Amino acid sequence: MSMPFYVAPEQMMKDRADYARKGIARGRALIGTRFGGGVLLCAENPSKSLHKLSEIYDRIAFAGVGKYNEFDQLRVAGIRHADTKGYAYSRGDVDARGLANLYAQYLGQVFTHEVKPLEVEILVVELGEGSQESQLYHILYDGTVVDESNFSVLGGDSEAIGDRFGEMYREGWSSEEALRSAVSALSTNGHTLEVKDLEVAILEDTGARRSFRRVPAAEIARLMGSG
Amino acid sequence: MALPIFDVASDPGPSFFELVKRLGLVPDAPATAAAGLQGVPHGTTIAALRHASGVVMAGDRRATEGNLIANRTIEKVFPADRLSGVAIAGAAGPAVEMVRLFQVQLEHYEKVEGSLLSLEGKANQLAQMIRANLPMAMQGLAVVPLFAGWDTEQEQGRIFTYDVAGGRYEEVAYYATGSGGRDARATIKLGFSPEMNEPEAIRLAVKALFEAAQEDSATGGPDPVRGIYPVVAAIGPDGYRRVEDSELAEIATALTEELRSRGARQ
Repeated sequence: MSMPFYVAPEQMMKDRADYARKGIARGRALIGTRFGGGVLLCAENPSKSLHKLSEIYDRIAFAGVGKYNEFDQLRVAGIRHADTKGYAYSRGDVDARGLANLYAQYLGQVFTHEVKPLEVEILVVELGEGSQESQLYHILYDGTVVDESNFSVLGGDSEAIGDRFGEMYREGWSSEEALRSAVSALSTNGHTLEVKDLEVAILEDTGARRSFRRVPAAEIARLMGSG
Repeated sequence: MALPIFDVASDPGPSFFELVKRLGLVPDAPATAAAGLQGVPHGTTIAALRHASGVVMAGDRRATEGNLIANRTIEKVFPADRLSGVAIAGAAGPAVEMVRLFQVQLEHYEKVEGSLLSLEGKANQLAQMIRANLPMAMQGLAVVPLFAGWDTEQEQGRIFTYDVAGGRYEEVAYYATGSGGRDARATIKLGFSPEMNEPEAIRLAVKALFEAAQEDSATGGPDPVRGIYPVVAAIGPDGYRRVEDSELAEIATALTEELRSRGARQ
């Protein structure tokens, strides 16, 4: 009987983390940020049909970077969780914190127990009601949850993008300012992003039950052009 | 609750109904026949009619338990999604539950797939849910809804009716069902014209329920003393709109006046 080689647990975790990080860094980045009326999500995504941003529930949105099939599975699981919870209890009982914890548990479980960690980073956003602040939960490939206070950058060269965006961020700014800053932060190495490279969505109160809205290309162009 | 992640082979897809079955949230039909189940409230009369720029749906507000009034203010017309509505007659409990499930089903599909179901697709989904309710229907808890909405492909309003076994039929002009359905249908038949506009269709729908309430004890008429009026919904290209009570009160007053002018003997 052959014995497997001994690998130190530290080494094993490091290898897995490196593997996941490499996969995520290859993808394009996205930014989620608060603005005066809600939350803006802006992703570099040249595809018009394979979305990175999605509606989960009345006041909750999802954003993912990394391997498409892996974060899309998580997105669908989130919609399923939210819809069943709202159906079994009530719509008001569905919150982003509970969902973020479930994602964290699942990602942590896969990271330690499966052959391959998931090569994804996700962002769960909940629009604040009344005087409540909006919540942004950034969840990493190993199940780490970060409760971000103002904005969050996922994927790609997230540290450099985060530094650039952090310098521009202002409390209570408008969605136009937030979008323009996000686009300029996401544009790296002299390559300026155009409207066709962008996917933008907004969570804001408009009086309707569902607060998620995709921003169509024409409106992105208008928002970026004004001023 | 764990995160609902499924194997590729057992994935419920975009169907919320399949999902809740997998998760065990749909109660099994009782194994033994409880024929003649007593004390279950029943919803009564509902109607839908097409007009030139959409459809109108209406339902009275009464639920009955045998010969007693169980509820005076029950609602039987609901938005299914932004562009369609569903009205219910039959056992009120399972019917309201079916509507709740149907509403989530449509929204769930939209979010998972990223696109809206066609009106035909929605109508077929409802037929499947009624078919799944057949064991309960056999025991006296039948649910018979009406489904209507704006078809964005054909650019017209459409009406679908169902039988207890899940049979789905499209109506070209109007339909009414429930205990006062026959009387409501007769009234609509006499006043119907395909060129009607929305206000005329709303008036005719209210009149149909008003006349049904004259003949059928299980159908509730407008009740100005308590301020109870039927639920009427108008659906067109701009979506689902519930007609205001103030507008219905005016129509009800006019109908009462009309009845008085007839001599009020009939």
